[in-house]
Amino acid sequence: MYDMKALYEAESVDHAISLLVEHPEAMVLAAGSDVFIKLREGKLAGREFVSIYMLDEMRGVTLEEDGTIRIGSLTSFSHIVESEIIQEFIPVLADAVLMIGGPQIRNLGTIGGNTCNGVTSADSGATLLALDAEVELKSPEGVRIIPLSEFYIKPGVVDLRPAELQTALLIRKAAYDGYIGQHFIKYAMRNAMDIATLGCSVNVKLSDDKQVIEDCRIGFGVAGPVPMRLPQAEDTVRGEVISKDLIEAFGEATKHDVNPRTSWRATKEFRLHLIETMAMRCLTESIIKAGGVVE
Amino acid sequence: MSAPQYKTVNFTLNGVETHKMIDVRSSLMDMLRDNYSLHSVKEGCAVGECGACTVLIDGEVFNACIYLAVWVEGKEVITTEGLTGPNGELSEVQQAFVDEFAVQCGFCTPGFVVAAEALIRSGKTYTRDQLRKNLAGNLCRCTGYENIINAVETALERHHAAKVNAKVE
Repeated sequence: MYDMKALYEAESVDHAISLLVEHPEAMVLAAGSDVFIKLREGKLAGREFVSIYMLDEMRGVTLEEDGTIRIGSLTSFSHIVESEIIQEFIPVLADAVLMIGGPQIRNLGTIGGNTCNGVTSADSGATLLALDAEVELKSPEGVRIIPLSEFYIKPGVVDLRPAELQTALLIRKAAYDGYIGQHFIKYAMRNAMDIATLGCSVNVKLSDDKQVIEDCRIGFGVAGPVPMRLPQAEDTVRGEVISKDLIEAFGEATKHDVNPRTSWRATKEFRLHLIETMAMRCLTESIIKAGGVVE
Repeated sequence: MSAPQYKTVNFTLNGVETHKMIDVRSSLMDMLRDNYSLHSVKEGCAVGECGACTVLIDGEVFNACIYLAVWVEGKEVITTEGLTGPNGELSEVQQAFVDEFAVQCGFCTPGFVVAAEALIRSGKTYTRDQLRKNLAGNLCRCTGYENIINAVETALERHHAAKVNAKVE
């Protein structure tokens, strides 16, 4: 038995929002893979919850007319991995969420919960940021869409206003079209059931002759207080001819963007070393997947 | 803990339609153990790490300890008890666990059997590495996993061989 003060089960998105208006102290309960554990620890004991888990309208991956990939916030990690749309256009997201927990956790956990938790180690965060994902939010005031990079505020805090619900993540066509070189690396102590020491996601768009990096985007988890992009590293390689020296310059530039800390998982110094190495490996793999050669 | 808040949940449990009035704060594990006496659903870690409480919900594996009982409304739940035949015949997975000596203390076994059942039902074939990855949500502190993986491999082999034979006949 969980120590909840009350549980309100939402029957539709609008009903969930009206429940949140009615019960301003209530927390949103998506699938609960983090909430139930905090309840066991007594951290959220006695709170009220609005459960949105039964809202199937918030599940599924769809391709909209303008080419936008729409991922309902309650879509489980397993369903993201199995989605043909994800596998065809942004397989890197499937690779990233396949690193989460074990099968039971991936069947339960949702991409919306993973982002709304606002934790830097969320395995989906780095990749979604590197894909310029946007967040769709619904409240009594209507719908607003903001970049995921602005959604993250600080550890555990995201830009969710009172009675606001995250309903979907959106990836625009311009953000994935042509970015066929995509790669994700998770660094953790175990191969499964572990929280990331670091997570790195890179995608690149090469010129037609595969010699030049037209665009490169890199996202990192646990390289700072929230998942982050590395703008200086990206600038270092954008428009440049592929070479080993360029990859090394990319690795070197990561230091200026990141701000890792020492935790029981790893020291700051070790993380800085890993960030440089992972960024270089991830870029190299992305270039190879895009049909380029690193010599 | 606050005052109870009751709700009726309607679902299919091991092939039988059922309904139960329960406290909405119950986990699925609480309901299956306390209201239905299905004690194969073990409480190990209670935080979704060990997989001892694994059940199938609409064919997918879930940890019953971190799932609300009221969320199974309209769904199909299967526990290890639901895998045996009407006269107690062992399922393919259970028989393979016996044959491969895949059990020591037995606490993790029902969870592993359910997780392996999901792999059988997927109709796919798995390499040994893929099996390890797909069983990563279940922990065993006795066996070192070797015989468990052997058992699941055997069950899958027998299952696919039986399918082929059925087609030939």
